[in-house]
Amino acid sequence: MSESSTPRGWTREEMADEIIALIPSGASLNLGIGMPTLIAERMDPAKSVVIHSENGVLGVKGRPTRATVSPTLINAGKETISVQAGASFFDSALSFGMIRGGHIDFCVLGGMEVDVQGNLANWMVPGKKVTGMGGAMDLVNGARQIIIMQSHFSRGGECKLLAECRLPLTGRGVVHRVITELGMFVPTGTAFRVEKLAPGITMAELGIVPELLV
Amino acid sequence: MKDKTFSSSQEALHDLRDGISLMSGGFGLCGIPENSIDEIARQGIRDIHAISNNIGNSGRGLAILLKNGQISRATCSYVGGNPDLEQQMLAGQVEVTLVPQGTFSERIRAAGMGIRGFYTPTGYGTLVAEGKEAKEFDKPCILELPLHADFAIIKAERGDAFGNLWFKETARNFSPLMGMAAKVTIVEVEELVPLGAIPAEDIHLPGIFVQRIYQGSNYRNDIEIPVYAD
Repeated sequence: MSESSTPRGWTREEMADEIIALIPSGASLNLGIGMPTLIAERMDPAKSVVIHSENGVLGVKGRPTRATVSPTLINAGKETISVQAGASFFDSALSFGMIRGGHIDFCVLGGMEVDVQGNLANWMVPGKKVTGMGGAMDLVNGARQIIIMQSHFSRGGECKLLAECRLPLTGRGVVHRVITELGMFVPTGTAFRVEKLAPGITMAELGIVPELLV
Repeated sequence: MKDKTFSSSQEALHDLRDGISLMSGGFGLCGIPENSIDEIARQGIRDIHAISNNIGNSGRGLAILLKNGQISRATCSYVGGNPDLEQQMLAGQVEVTLVPQGTFSERIRAAGMGIRGFYTPTGYGTLVAEGKEAKEFDKPCILELPLHADFAIIKAERGDAFGNLWFKETARNFSPLMGMAAKVTIVEVEELVPLGAIPAEDIHLPGIFVQRIYQGSNYRNDIEIPVYAD
């Protein structure tokens, strides 16, 4: 069981910084709803990463001030944003053409379940909760590298890195990397390769059976 | 050029009826056709098939029509943030078809552009692919078909009497696509401008796709999730 009272491992900000370190200068990047939007706030502008939001903007730059906020300038999470010089606006078909056409280098999405084959589930829990897939199914099949940024355990305390996803899938064999508060993992097809553990975290704390770890 | 202006939302939406398919622009509450939605709520037409990314959000936008029981079918990509829709969907009051957002926008574009179908990798190997033709390209893809509608209601920042439109920032989203896909496209604008006021190079949707246009009023332009740097 995860202990919410005594958080272990990285903070959300540290998770965002771990992901930012993976993104090379000059890359294009799409950010999903929720935790991944932290990345836009923490990205160093000097890195020249261009941030795409699928509702139709390229060149997202953090948050507006109360003086500059615009009701027509939002990200895919419906939060207010600001844009950098050189930004562009476009319709949703062109926006998803950028994605489907392979013009977006990285995409960071939230997840409910990820398995060793790189399958992802993040859009519904049958009979309980339906959020809809939004743009996630297009993103996982279009962006060149898919990074999942999620909590390691569900609210019920179950590990979200599995041998096989149980929830309806968002995409098959699409995930390149998973970051949780406990570490960074790469699905290899038969196991998760542990790329990095957060400070003080041991393999025994991951809640993943040893056969699924390499 | 033909003058397509109407004097009010009531006149522009005079021939809506029960059972129509209705596209409505906007992403969340950004760029939604507020005046047309209010007019449809006033008219009380029922059994609407609503085609819109979110079908309203936070009790606003098309959620007004949901709460009135005017929508019986919904085609959309995202239900999160719309408790009215999630509740009516789980209760079986509204039949919801979820479509991946890129497929949703491309199906609408295809309808307007005369494309009879397209193959996309999006949704392959998921519930979305059930019942659809699959074909192997560089990766496996599924066949998706165009999405048409009887009417589209959209909002633009500026438009002229012929229906040439200009959208502000991210308020463009699905609106120009829906404007191309519907049999009758009804546009409301923040500002009705003279012909030529929008530079021809800057027109986002040429007026040929638009049947009716009217000057809107009393825009709320609600911000759903305000987040500030200061």
